[in-house]
Amino acid sequence: MDLRLSAEEEAFRADVRAWLDQRLPAALRAKVTGGKRLKREDYLAWHALLRERGWLAWHWPTEHGGAGWTPIQKHLFEEACVAAGAPRVVPFGVNMLGPVLIRYGSKEQQDHYLPRILNDDDWWAQGYSEPGAGSDLASLTTRAVRDGDHYVVNGQKTWTTLGHHANQMFCLVRTDPSAKPQKGISFLLIDMDAPGVEVRPIITLDGEHEVNEVWLTDVRVPVENLVGEENEGWTYAKYLLTYERTGIAGVAYSKAMLQHLKRVATDQKKDGRPLKDDPFFAARVGRLEIDLMAMDIFNLRVVAAAGAGKAPGVESSLLKIKGTQIRQEATDLLRRALGPYALPFVPEQFDEGWNEEPIGPDYAAPLAVQYFNMRKISVYGGSNEIQRNIVAKTMLGL
Amino acid sequence: MDFTLSEERQIFKDTAERFLEDCYPIETRHNAASSPQGFDRDLWASFAEMGIVGALLPPDVGGFGGEGVDVAVVFELLGRRLVVEPFLATGVLGAAPLVLAGSEAQRNGLEAVVAGERLLALAHGEPTSRYGLSEVATRAERTADGWRLTGTKAVVLNGDSADALVVSARVAGAPADEAGLGLFLVEGHAPGLVRRGYGGIEGGRAAEIRLDGVPAEPVGEPGSAYPVIEAVVGRGVLALAAEGLGLMEACRALTLDYVKTRTQFGRPIGSFQALQHRLVDMVLEIEQARSSVMLAAATLDGDRLTRERNLSAAKHLAGKVGRFVAEETIQIHGGIAMTWEYAAGHYAKRLVMLDHLLGDTDHHLERFIRLGEAA
Repeated sequence: MDLRLSAEEEAFRADVRAWLDQRLPAALRAKVTGGKRLKREDYLAWHALLRERGWLAWHWPTEHGGAGWTPIQKHLFEEACVAAGAPRVVPFGVNMLGPVLIRYGSKEQQDHYLPRILNDDDWWAQGYSEPGAGSDLASLTTRAVRDGDHYVVNGQKTWTTLGHHANQMFCLVRTDPSAKPQKGISFLLIDMDAPGVEVRPIITLDGEHEVNEVWLTDVRVPVENLVGEENEGWTYAKYLLTYERTGIAGVAYSKAMLQHLKRVATDQKKDGRPLKDDPFFAARVGRLEIDLMAMDIFNLRVVAAAGAGKAPGVESSLLKIKGTQIRQEATDLLRRALGPYALPFVPEQFDEGWNEEPIGPDYAAPLAVQYFNMRKISVYGGSNEIQRNIVAKTMLGL
Repeated sequence: MDFTLSEERQIFKDTAERFLEDCYPIETRHNAASSPQGFDRDLWASFAEMGIVGALLPPDVGGFGGEGVDVAVVFELLGRRLVVEPFLATGVLGAAPLVLAGSEAQRNGLEAVVAGERLLALAHGEPTSRYGLSEVATRAERTADGWRLTGTKAVVLNGDSADALVVSARVAGAPADEAGLGLFLVEGHAPGLVRRGYGGIEGGRAAEIRLDGVPAEPVGEPGSAYPVIEAVVGRGVLALAAEGLGLMEACRALTLDYVKTRTQFGRPIGSFQALQHRLVDMVLEIEQARSSVMLAAATLDGDRLTRERNLSAAKHLAGKVGRFVAEETIQIHGGIAMTWEYAAGHYAKRLVMLDHLLGDTDHHLERFIRLGEAA
C-alpha cells in the first residue's frame, strides 16, 4: 500500500495549479469565493478558458476532443479547481449528455452535438424529474407519441437547473405506456426554442432563481433526436446518473469549506477569544475534519479502482450519501460560527457591483443562504433515501 | 402535580389559536414580512386587542398574565403560525426590563405597549459579543444634562421600527465585567441615534444601531443591571424555545400530511417503514423539547439557579431538536420543501435561525454545565 501520488501525477497537479494561478481571473475567483451570484456569462467565460487549454471535456476520450485523463487526473483537476475558487463547469452538456452520446449516440448525433457542446453553442438542460416522478423517476408520464418523422411530446418537467439559460434539453419521455415503468422510456433531445416549450421559474427558499419547471405542449421533436433505441432510455439515464452521483460527493467542496471554516472560526470571537479555541466548537470542527479525511480516502479508493478499469457501481451511492452529509455539516458549522450575524439577509449584496458596507463581517452574508441552499444536495440526483435502497438491494442483496 | 392549563388560560389559548388560524394565513405572513417594517401594524393592533400582547405582561402594568406559562402558551401559538409581528422584541425583550426595573413612569408607559400603540426593542448585543451577556462596550456617561450613550449595537431585533429602545451600556468596568452595567431607555427619534434596518433570512427584521452621545433615561440603578439583563434574556430564551416548539409542531404536521398524500412507487410514501420511523423520531424529539419548555416555564419565577439551568436546558434542546426537525422536514418532503411557494421551507428557516438568537445550543449546553457546578 502506498497512498502517495506518483511523480507524473504530482507534476500534473502542479501544472493544473500553475495554470489556475495564471489564468483564473481574480474577479471571477472573488465572485465564487464571496458567494456572489454567477451570471450566464461567468460560466461561459470559465468554459472558454478551459476550452482554450483543452480541459473543458475532461470526461471525454481524446478522439472526441476530450482530455483523455485517467480517473486520478480528473480527480486532481477537480480538486485543484475548487480549491482555487473556480466556478463549477456547467455539467449538463459536457459532463452529462456528452458521455451518453459518446457511448450511445449515433455517429450523426456525435458529429453534430459534441462539437457544439465543446464550443458552448448549446446550453443543455436536464429533463428528468416531474411533479409526480421524483424519487420514483421511472413513473414519469411525459408522453412522446410517434407521428410520421416526429415525436409529439406532452408533459411537465421540474427542478430544471439553469433551464432559463438553456436552448436544448435532454429529456426522458414515455414512449410505451403499456410496458413496465422502466421499459417504456426513451431519451430525447428537445430544442427548447420549439413551439410548445415553456420555462417557468421556481423560486427557492433562499429567494433565488436557479431551478425551473418546463411545460411541454404538443412539442414536435424530429425522430433523429432519439438517442439510442426507443424504449431503452432508462439504461442511458442510469448511465448518466452514475456520472452525476460521483461529483455529488463533493469532497473538494468540503475541503474548501473546511479551510474557510477555520478562517471564520479564527476571526469570530467567543468570550473575547477566537471561536476555534472554544472546546464545544472545536469538537464539531474536529469531527468534521476526521470524517472528511476518511471520506477523501474512500473517494480515492473508488477513483483508483476506476483507474484500474473497474466501473464505479454501488460505491457512488455510498459516496453520495456520506459526501452530502459531510458537505451539509460544513455549511452548518459555517452558519453556526457566525452567531447572531447569520441572520442578516440582504439579497442585493450577492449582485456584482454592490458596494455598501456589509452587515457584520464581510464573509457573513452567504453562509446561512448556503446552509439552506445545500439542503438540496441530499435530495437531488437520486435522494439519499433512494441511494440507501440501491445499496440495500445491490450491495447487501436485501 | 397538574400539567393542564388553568381554565382561564385554556380559553385564552383556544381563542387566540382560532384567531390566528382565521386571520394569519401564510400569504398574510409573507406580505407582512416583505413590507418595509417587516410586519403588519394593523394586525399588531388586532393582536393587542385580542390580548395577546397583554398576556405577556403582569396585571400591575396593565397586562393579563406575564408568568412563564403565559409566555410559553403565546409563543408556541406564534410559532405554529410563523408570526413575524414583534412579540419578542416588544412584549418580552423590550417590556421586561421596564417591568422588572422600571420607574413608576416607565412602568406606566407599558399600557401603551399592551394597547399595541408603542413598540419596543432591546439593544444589547454588540458586533463581537456573540452570545456573551456581559460583553458590553457601549458607554454611558452622566453629564449635566443627564445620561448620554455612545457605542454600537448589533442585530437588534425589530430595532429599526421600535418607538423606543432599551439599551445596555457600561457605566464602569472592563468590557466583559458583570458589574458596572446599566439599562437605559432611548426614544427612537433621539439625536445621535442612527439605525440601519435590514431583513433576516428567517423573515424577521433587525437593525445595526450606532449611538453617538444619545440622551437616555436610566432603567433601574445604572451599574447593577446585570441580574436584570439575565432575567430579561431568560424570558426571551423561554419565548424562543416555546416558539421553536410551535414551529416543530407545524413542521411535523406538514410532513405527516405530505407523506400521507404524496405517492411514489404506487403508494403513499408514508407507508414506507424507513420514513415512518423517521417521523416517529421527530415526534419523540419534539416531546423532549416540549417537556423542557414546560419545565422552564414553570420555574421562570423561581430561584435564579434553577430558573437559569432550566432555561439553558430548554434552549439547548430547542437548538438541537430544532435543527433535526427542520432538516428532516425538508429531506422527507424532498424538493417541494426547497421552494418559496411551499410553507415548510419557511418554517424550517425560522426554526434553524432561532438557534442564532440569545445563545445557541452549544452556548446553553456550556452554561447548563457551569450552572450545574454552581448548584
